[in-house]
Amino acid sequence: MKSPSLDSRAESLLRELAPQVLGRVVGRYGDFAAAEDAVQEALIAAAVQWPRDGLPENPRGWLIEVASRRMTDHWRSEAARRRREEAAARDALLHPAARVADAEEAEPGDDTLLLLFICCHPSLTTPSAVALTLRAVGGLTTAEIANAFLVPEATMAQRISRAKETIRSSGVALRMPTREERARRLNAVLHTLYLIYSEGYTSSVGPTLHRTDLSSEAIRLVRALHEILPDDAEVAALLALMLLTDARRPARTDANGELVPLDEQDRTLWNKELIAEGVALVSAALPKGPVGPYQIQAAIAAIHDEAARFEETDWPQILAFYQLLERLSNNPIVSLNRIVATAMVQGPKAGLDALDVLAADARLKGHYRLDAVRAHLLEKAGDREAAVAHYRKAAARTSSVPERNYLVTRAARLA
Amino acid sequence: MKYMLMMHARMGKGDWEIFNWPAQDIKAHIDFMQRLNKELRDAGELVGGEGLTGPGQARLVRAGNDGRPLTDGVFPETKEFLAGYWIIEVDRPERAYEVAGKASTAPGPGGKPLNMDIEVREVMSCSPVEV
Repeated sequence: MKSPSLDSRAESLLRELAPQVLGRVVGRYGDFAAAEDAVQEALIAAAVQWPRDGLPENPRGWLIEVASRRMTDHWRSEAARRRREEAAARDALLHPAARVADAEEAEPGDDTLLLLFICCHPSLTTPSAVALTLRAVGGLTTAEIANAFLVPEATMAQRISRAKETIRSSGVALRMPTREERARRLNAVLHTLYLIYSEGYTSSVGPTLHRTDLSSEAIRLVRALHEILPDDAEVAALLALMLLTDARRPARTDANGELVPLDEQDRTLWNKELIAEGVALVSAALPKGPVGPYQIQAAIAAIHDEAARFEETDWPQILAFYQLLERLSNNPIVSLNRIVATAMVQGPKAGLDALDVLAADARLKGHYRLDAVRAHLLEKAGDREAAVAHYRKAAARTSSVPERNYLVTRAARLA
Repeated sequence: MKYMLMMHARMGKGDWEIFNWPAQDIKAHIDFMQRLNKELRDAGELVGGEGLTGPGQARLVRAGNDGRPLTDGVFPETKEFLAGYWIIEVDRPERAYEVAGKASTAPGPGGKPLNMDIEVREVMSCSPVEV
């Protein structure tokens, strides 16, 4: 008789251990695709045996050992030696505990971290890095990932296998980055996790229902990363940013799934536990320095979340943070946000003047947010006709359905 | 980001021009399209796509005032017609234009590139950014 509690315990343990084991096996043997197959087999063996025989004393060591045996199998070319190895592997399956000594050499977190560095390598395209991270580190099935991104499963399978091929052929070193490249590589990891979060942070109704899972998955992964690197201020800040953003989710869409802007949200719906955790994280991260973009964004999110009413928002402080972020990132979208804050502090006219300057930036040419912000400021300034025109212009340019619905509704309300 | 690439092909005498090409040119054209599809599939970029039957079989359907459908037949005044489409997922618009540019060069009579019009349109998504 299977014990259901052991089943679910084993299942969540396997999910937690899988990236550590994969990271270790990749680091040891340097063949990503073969390592993934080997770990997959070890996980299957564990899923069958653990609920039946009870958890091994050292589950992680057990998995690493079994997967390593599979890898050894993979590399043997002679049939006889392969047979001998299979016997040894079977032996290991039965008595793995004796062989786990070397599994304790390194921190398990290092293995997960190595895996993240590989999956988010800058040589991969963004969709590839996202897919590979969700597959290899998150342990999602290819079908689940395909479903989340609304593409056929075969396409997602091909994308993942192409990503592994890129890693193999581009000579991405399957080892920890050097100290010099570490910051850049960690940045790529954080960026990928951030994209996974944003992809899922969307309307929770209709055909997009399942996509919220991506946000939870991103939070889970950043949380794991934060446990591995508790002293990294940017990692802590990214976790804070996600929690502080996620806290507003219940108020962010109305009953019809339409977007509700920040100044109209019912703040009593915000998740106070997430806000408290996020605020504590960012407060602890900020003094650690050096200040980075996620710390600033988390700080801004915290200021929003701590205002009981929109009117109580500390805009001068938000403006100061956006000015700091603008200097760090040289990103015109950040400048747009800075202009929104400027308008909140100094009035819509000051915002519109600043917008005229920013509009010269070629990177924003034709970007709907430029028109959306202008429309918003024109509305505040009382120029309804021009506001309507710019809301409509923005609506025609956005590729997001909820944004478009919001913008056309806004225009219709004023017209 | 997902893009739809729509291939506008020249109409022939009531149907596709391609129907009047020599067999080897038709084969070269089909081979080219299959190679392109394989490339997109292998790259994990192909979300979907279909080729469409000739314009000779196309019907425009519109409800009349009584709510019953009215249909229209062949459209002799149209010079170009939707011949097929792809939906691809890529990480930047330039890649979509690159694929479209390649599709445009599909070989025609004598193996000469057709330089067809490929209309590139971003597919709307459900992921909003913060407003």
